[in-house]
Amino acid sequence: MSTFPVELRGVSTRFGKQWIHRGIDLAVPAGEVVALVGGSGSGKTTLLRQMVGLLHPAEGEVKVFGERLDAGSRHEQLARRRRFGMLFQHGALFSAFTVFANIAFPLREFGVRDEGLLRDLVLLKMAMVELEPDVALRMPAELSGGMVKRVALARALALEPELLVLDEPTAGLDPDLSSAFVELIRSLHRALGLTVILVTHDLDTLAALATRVAVLSAGRILAFGTLDEVTNVRDPFIDRFFHGARSQAALARGLGAG
Amino acid sequence: MPSDRPPPVIRIDAGGSGMQVALAGDWTLQGLCPLPEGLRRELAVAPPEGTWNLAGVTRLDSFGAVLLWRHWGRRRPARLDLPEALAPVLARAEALPGGDLPAEPGYRFLDGTAQLGRAVHAALHHLLGFVALVGHILIGLGGLLRRRDYWPLREISANFYKVGVRAMPVTALVGFLIGVVMSYLSALQLRAFGADAFIVNILGLGIIRELGPVLVSVLVAGRSGSAMTAQLGVMRVTEEIDALTAMGISRHVRLVLPKVVALTLAMPLLTLWGSAVAILGGMVSAYVQLGMSFDYFLNALPRAVPAANLVIGLGKGAVFGLLIALVACYFGLRVRPNTESLSANTTASVVASITVVILVDAVFAIATRSIGLPYG
Repeated sequence: MSTFPVELRGVSTRFGKQWIHRGIDLAVPAGEVVALVGGSGSGKTTLLRQMVGLLHPAEGEVKVFGERLDAGSRHEQLARRRRFGMLFQHGALFSAFTVFANIAFPLREFGVRDEGLLRDLVLLKMAMVELEPDVALRMPAELSGGMVKRVALARALALEPELLVLDEPTAGLDPDLSSAFVELIRSLHRALGLTVILVTHDLDTLAALATRVAVLSAGRILAFGTLDEVTNVRDPFIDRFFHGARSQAALARGLGAG
Repeated sequence: MPSDRPPPVIRIDAGGSGMQVALAGDWTLQGLCPLPEGLRRELAVAPPEGTWNLAGVTRLDSFGAVLLWRHWGRRRPARLDLPEALAPVLARAEALPGGDLPAEPGYRFLDGTAQLGRAVHAALHHLLGFVALVGHILIGLGGLLRRRDYWPLREISANFYKVGVRAMPVTALVGFLIGVVMSYLSALQLRAFGADAFIVNILGLGIIRELGPVLVSVLVAGRSGSAMTAQLGVMRVTEEIDALTAMGISRHVRLVLPKVVALTLAMPLLTLWGSAVAILGGMVSAYVQLGMSFDYFLNALPRAVPAANLVIGLGKGAVFGLLIALVACYFGLRVRPNTESLSANTTASVVASITVVILVDAVFAIATRSIGLPYG
């Protein structure tokens, strides 16, 4: 496919009087795992939310699968929205639903009516994220942090998306769980041929997952390329971010895992 | 649908060695849901025991794989021509466990009895919990008596403003309208008997002693009681209450006590305000309907309504305020960290506080039946 799954052109964002982004251009190629990194408050999550249409930039254009999210008829917009899935930082599971109903929800909304088929599909998604079938009837409040993320990932994958958007996929997980989750996303990426965009400040995750890295600082994309290319850019922010002793250790760990 | 998505098709040939089924196109969720009618019919007659040729399939996702898997009766057909690229997708569907989910048990005969038992148990549990809450507050108060500089005065003042001052406009509006309506209806009846002057007695006694406190309580329970429950509930959800506990700060002193004190103090004043505006409304209506001057009305009021009624009315206001705040805080602290529990407890809080107010009002009516009634 010639078009990019996500393309930002001249995106600027303003909160009140403060400019968060100034003229951001970024094109995410299909099949890549692109990590957005940057200091706290650099607007990584804001950019992610603009990609999925939860926020609108003050200037510029966000295109998903070659079109603006709000282009075309309602039907076309819906079809476009269903081509990507989003994993929220805290899972954002519907707390009134069981795990099963959470994963089945998008499928039911899409129009899957056959209960037997629905059950098989949900169990398949649960197996994909390595959840046992017996958690299906539990409520989100009864799950551990790692399980919440897995269920949320299964829900994001329910409609067979081509693009997966992950907001801090490993935040709040212990190192063991976090590396297992990274491994899971990697295997899904390989198996399903997804395009993945993630925001993270965890360098382990970054090194283990990302095929491309976009560094966001002072409202601009400082660098966009493979991890090697990015770390070799001479810039004070990149020096601080990637070349500190702790960062080096984390990158080495992540690359070792990857 | 973009043009690079060939639609799913199925072709069935009766060849020499049994039926040949050939699939082509995208067998994905986008193309298969809802299942096109023609495809559904053709798939229904495609025999699982025939030869299946999937070489023409451009894309297969887990939806398509599960659909085929179910059609094959959860078995791989004996003769299956599967391209290498699609094998892992089908393998995932194959790994599906066949058993059923642990099902919710259905409704049985004795469940009704069990439900009744649970309801009684829950009522007792609420009563105990409520007593425990009051106990905690009293213990907190005891502690505060010894450490005077720990009184949460700022919180009390902030709550007083929120539940008292901010409630004045709506109380006035509702009170005024109720006064007008009551006066209007009574005036119609009284005029038929030529007993116009008694409108002062009806309005004065009715509003000051009974209607004012109850009306304001219902308004406050809906407005401030629900807000208190929701606020405590959200603090529970966001773990703010746990944070307070971890700092060694009593939630009962810091969160519950200010609300209870503020509402107990604010309610008599709100009652006074609401009753006054309701009587004003009644006066206006009596002037319009019966031509009764404001002068006459105000002069007759103290004679028709002994001062004890005002004390009863304001006393009721204070007690109702105390109860509403306690009930609201009780349910607020019971919220568990999910949205369902938050809404259930907020509803329970409003329903319970209005019920309690009306029950206690009945107790007041019996207890004060020989006080302040001029013709008693």
